Amino acid sequence: MAGADRNAAGAMSTDDFIKGLWRENPVFVQVLGMCPVLAVSNSAVNALAMGLATTFVLVLSNTLVSALRQFIPRQVRIATFILIIATFVTVVDYLIQAISLELHRALGAFISLIVVNCLILGRAEAFASKNTVARSVLDGLGMGAGFTLGLLCLGGAREILGNGSLFGLALFPAAYQPWIVMILPSGGFFTLALWLLLFNHLKLRRQMRESPGNSPVQEATP
Amino acid sequence: MRSAHGHANAAHPPIWPLYRALVGVGLVCGLLIVSVFVLTGPVIARNEAAALQQAVFKVLPGAVARASFTLGPDGSFHPAGEGDAPPKTVHAGYDAGGRLVGVAIEAQGMGYQDTIRVLYGYAPQSQAIVGMAVLSSKETPGLGDKIEKDPAFLANFQALDVSLAADGESLQRAVEAVKSGSKTLPSQIDGITGATISSQAIAAILRQSSAQWVPLVYRLQGELESEPAAERKGEGETDGGR
Repeated sequence: MAGADRNAAGAMSTDDFIKGLWRENPVFVQVLGMCPVLAVSNSAVNALAMGLATTFVLVLSNTLVSALRQFIPRQVRIATFILIIATFVTVVDYLIQAISLELHRALGAFISLIVVNCLILGRAEAFASKNTVARSVLDGLGMGAGFTLGLLCLGGAREILGNGSLFGLALFPAAYQPWIVMILPSGGFFTLALWLLLFNHLKLRRQMRESPGNSPVQEATP
Repeated sequence: MRSAHGHANAAHPPIWPLYRALVGVGLVCGLLIVSVFVLTGPVIARNEAAALQQAVFKVLPGAVARASFTLGPDGSFHPAGEGDAPPKTVHAGYDAGGRLVGVAIEAQGMGYQDTIRVLYGYAPQSQAIVGMAVLSSKETPGLGDKIEKDPAFLANFQALDVSLAADGESLQRAVEAVKSGSKTLPSQIDGITGATISSQAIAAILRQSSAQWVPLVYRLQGELESEPAAERKGEGETDGGR
């Protein structure tokens, strides 16, 4: 196992963490796990709680998958990964109930649905099953932080517009008429579209700056 | 095992590592889940009891102690035991002198999107509903969810008349929701503009539950007056916790 560790691609670096935050942000760049992103981002608190719960599951499943990667035959890897992920989701479900029943009620069914968040299985398969434990933990932390950041961007914007508050604190005078559609499901799509627009615009501008000769339209096609 | 399957190794991998991985990971995962369940179980039970306690004191202003009773098959109330839960269980609230303030009753019904669960307080002395709290609902944020926090709507439940008719078996007037601002009778609920269906749903839940419980509680209030090991405000929490 030690030999395999040394052979695994590259040493651990801060890039393992940073890439999840920005360049490969799960929400805005990879567009993964949209179900909880749209459903639980109607307030900043819900978004933060969901982000942290997902990060917790992601880091622990990455750790275990990476530690057991020599032990798990290729043929049963998906079944084993799902088992590991489902275990940590159950753990998080009980922990949140123990911390706050109110929070558990607000997140509702979406805690259990972390199991099927493709981000987590995706990282287990694409990263943790091929890299050392240390790098996988960093990757999980980075992706989790990026996911939380994405959820907070949506949750914050939706709560400010739809409820006139942020983290439950009123931001506007009582005369403010909240834009209720923003905290309804359709508001999730509007907000996500605007954030994706912004991120794609930034990406396009950077690419144009890096290679001024190329046409931006070609560059933008994924 | 490996040698037995050796000839097929190229196409079929040895079976043992597959078993080992699945059973091993399953074992570790099972142990983990059970340990977390055992560790958090008492805390969760305590949280649930505390939430219930808080809701009971909220819908029964003046109550500082509570005891739960279950309606037995013989048609009388018994102190609730482990595992007793609504719809047959109600919570009696007592004031500092140990006198019965009222009874908190859980009820549920269909709302606009999903089932709404409420707890309401019935005071036999004034024959009125003296408080209502929504325990869970999935009403539309910003509109239907006003049934949980709109002060004008909640004010309806400070003294909502549910007095019994002369026969003692039915209510004089059923609870009903009316258009916002047109409440004329003490048994009417002033609805919320923009949340008509949710307001009507609350009225329907209370109408149904009060028709069933109010005559019963009024008749049997003597059985609830004694205070069997009631739990006091602030003091420990639990029925179910260990």
